Order: sequence, then structure tokens, then C-alpha cells
Amino acid sequence: MEKTRYELNKELAQMLKGGVIMDVTTPEQAQIAQEAGACAVMALERIPADIRAAGGVARMSDPALIRSIQDAVSIPVMAKCRIGHFAEAQVLEALEIDYIDESEVLSPADDVYHIQKTQFKVPFVCGARNLGEALRRIAEGAAMIRTKGEPGTGDVVQAVRHMRAMNAEIRRVQSLRPDELAEAAKELQAPLSLVEYVHENGKLPVVNFAAGGIATPADAALMMQLGAEGVFVGSGIFKSGDPARRAAAIVQAVTNYTDAKLIAEVSAGLGQAMVGINQEEINLIMEERGV
Amino acid sequence: MDIGILALQGAFVEHAAVLERLGAGHFEIRSRAALERPMDGLILPGGESTVMGKLLRQLGLFESLRARIAGGLPVFGTCAGLILLAERVEGGEPCFGTMDIQAVRNAYGRQLGSFHAVSPFEGQPIPMTFIRAPYIGAVGPKARALAQVDGRIVAARQENQLVTAFHPELDGDLTVHRLFLDMCREGSAAALMAS
Repeated sequence: MEKTRYELNKELAQMLKGGVIMDVTTPEQAQIAQEAGACAVMALERIPADIRAAGGVARMSDPALIRSIQDAVSIPVMAKCRIGHFAEAQVLEALEIDYIDESEVLSPADDVYHIQKTQFKVPFVCGARNLGEALRRIAEGAAMIRTKGEPGTGDVVQAVRHMRAMNAEIRRVQSLRPDELAEAAKELQAPLSLVEYVHENGKLPVVNFAAGGIATPADAALMMQLGAEGVFVGSGIFKSGDPARRAAAIVQAVTNYTDAKLIAEVSAGLGQAMVGINQEEINLIMEERGV
Repeated sequence: MDIGILALQGAFVEHAAVLERLGAGHFEIRSRAALERPMDGLILPGGESTVMGKLLRQLGLFESLRARIAGGLPVFGTCAGLILLAERVEGGEPCFGTMDIQAVRNAYGRQLGSFHAVSPFEGQPIPMTFIRAPYIGAVGPKARALAQVDGRIVAARQENQLVTAFHPELDGDLTVHRLFLDMCREGSAAALMAS
């Protein structure tokens, strides 16, 4: 009974559950993240808040930077490629990256097609705003899903909206009669087999994390209580006053996400959170990329 | 039978599902409050050993759990759990360090090195899934190897302690969990005799 590479890749995501994946831009930050209890790091040249500030075209990071971060830590290292940019993904696979994030944070390379992720040996994580997007990405071969949220804002509202939307749609699909599933698949623009899986199991067939705008331990606990299986923290850590302490506090909040006393304790005196920008104040809406 | 599952990070739900199938009771350990509940055994799941090691200390669980393991509480560590129990860790610090083995972390490389095999476990072939797995570089005189894949030791036992570099909780085969529950039963019986 040969297990497929895809099964092994979904299972790596299972090992990441209950953990915090942190954006880092240098080997030193990667070590701080690992020391604070990150279960993986995302190697980036610029964190989303700075991508937003800089404008222009955001691309895959320099392989030299990615290698230096791989050498600095023992935990899994992820990296982003542009939506649809399968050649960037091939480069990341050649670097033996542990997970590729086909990410709306970077400038999309293809405004129609996503990468055919089934053609790769390394796993992919993709963002989604709702169940239809999630199932389409899984059909393309994503082994893990995260909410899109609105990256680089420090505003959690979009991540909350996406997680609630996804879970509400999952509950709805679960409640349907079997003869209504084909119509649901049509509405969701997703394969019937995946809709049937959701109907039977009441969850996605892959691990689902929260991402986008998470800046505090309470933000992380909120997303976990809404059903996330772990969180990505992008700009929230290294744009704050005391990254090491904030990172460790978010890790503890994710493990004990219903223990309000503990979250109060680890949140006390953390210093300045990232200033953030409200969703109404931004011009570039990254979540609308790659549906 | 009531088994505590360390639920700080990683694949703890998967272990709970296997215990469910075997009809064994279980509960999650995330804080000191859970340690007040009596347990017949402890599972240390897969995940990131660095994360679990850190949280064990920050949440004040380390000393109590280490004392119980050293005192004979049956414990089963998979993957990261193996690293937590190893007395010697290549390229890292030991955590509980209660088991006479040397663990080699990320021994098969990155995710591209993850693999599946069918190999004998104490003579019986079972499915084995390795995810960024460690292996056991050396087994000291107090411990005994239970399985090998490609010449590497991937499972071992030392009295009350059982470890696998692979993830039996992912494969639907109940052999290893059955062995662990037998260890828990023997442990409870011995404790009853002693009291």
C-alpha cells in the first residue's frame, strides 16, 4: 500500500497543528522565532506590511536568503511564490523548501490560472476566503489551507470574516440531502467529490490555519476559538516593539486558546503592537487576488 | 484505562482517535490543571519538539511529568515525542532525557525526504509513515530496538517507555497502540500490587 506524496504532504500540515508559523526576513529573526516556539517559519524578503508600503511588484525571495534561513533553524521553512508562477515554485522545490505558499501577498503572475500543484513533490498551502475557494485550491493540489485575511494590516477583521464564512458553508453542506450535493458543487464551483467529503466529515480534507492581520495573543485565541487549527503571524511580530516576547505570548495563546487567565498573563506589558492600518484605509486589497 | 495526551502542539487529536477505536479513555494535557487527573499512561505526540520542549517548561509541566516518567508512568512518544524522551539528541538539547537512546533529528532531511514504508515491528509487518522524522542513532544497554528500516533503528522500548520515529496514529494499524495499552495495564496492575 504505497502512500502518495500528497498524503505525506497533508500529514506534515497535521504535525504543524496547534502551532504558530511566523514570517521572518533574516536568519536572526528565524532563530528568534524558533526560540519563541514557532512551529515553522515563512522566509520572506519583506514582510507584508513593508510590501504594502513599498508598492511595486512583489516576487519570490532571493534563494540565497531562503538558504540562509534554512541553515539557521531546525523547524520547517516555508516560502512564497506568486499565484500562477509555477517556475518560481519549481525553484523553491529545487531549494527543498518544506512548504510553498502560493500567495496573494505577492503580485499575481497569472490572473486566470493557479499552479497545478499536483505536479509537485513539495506541499503547497493556499489562501481562501470561503469554502469554494478552499476546495478549488485543494482540487489543484493544495495540502493545506489558510484564510487570506488582509495581510500586512494588523487588522483581524478579514481573517474572522473568512473563517466564519468557511465554517458556515461547511455546516450548510453538512446539512444538505445527498441529492442536493451536485447543485452545491455547482454553486461552490468545486469538484463534487470534495463537496461530498465535506458533507460526510464536516471539515476540509486538509488542515486549515488562520492568517492575515493577526497581531496579538487575543487575536490568535479568537481565530482558534473560531475553528482555526493553527495561525500564521506575518507582520504582527517583527513590526512590534518586543518581537521575542510577543512571539512567545502568541504561541502560548494558541496552545491554551480558551484559558483567558493565561492569555491575560502573557499579554501583560508586551509593549507596542504593530500600529496597523484599518481595512478602510488601504488601497490594495490582496484578498481579491486569486479566487 | 485513562491516557493523558500532551496537547501543546502537533498531531494529538490523531492519537485520541486511535485510543477511541481501542476503547481507551483519554484526556488532553495543556496545563497543570490536567495533571491533577490520575492517568494510566502518557502519549507524547508528533509535532515540533522545540515547541513542545519550550511550552512544557513555560507552562510548568516539565518537572512533574519528568518525575512521573522516571517513576514508571508508561509513556509512548512518536516522532517529536521520541526526541523529548531521548537522553542524547544529536544537534539539540535533551528534554526529559529519560530513555537510554540517541535521537538524530530531521535525520531524513526536509519534507522531500518524508516517506512511507511497510516493515516489521517486533516481527510483524506494519505500515510506517515518516514525516521529517528522526531515527535512533544508538540504543544504550537499558533500551531495546523494536524495529528497523533500511538499517536504521526506528522504534525502541525501555521498561515503561516506548518510542517510534514513525506515526502509527496516521496509518490505521493498531499494533503499536495495543502494545502501549498493554504496558499501561501492566503498569496499573503493578501499582495496585504495590499499594
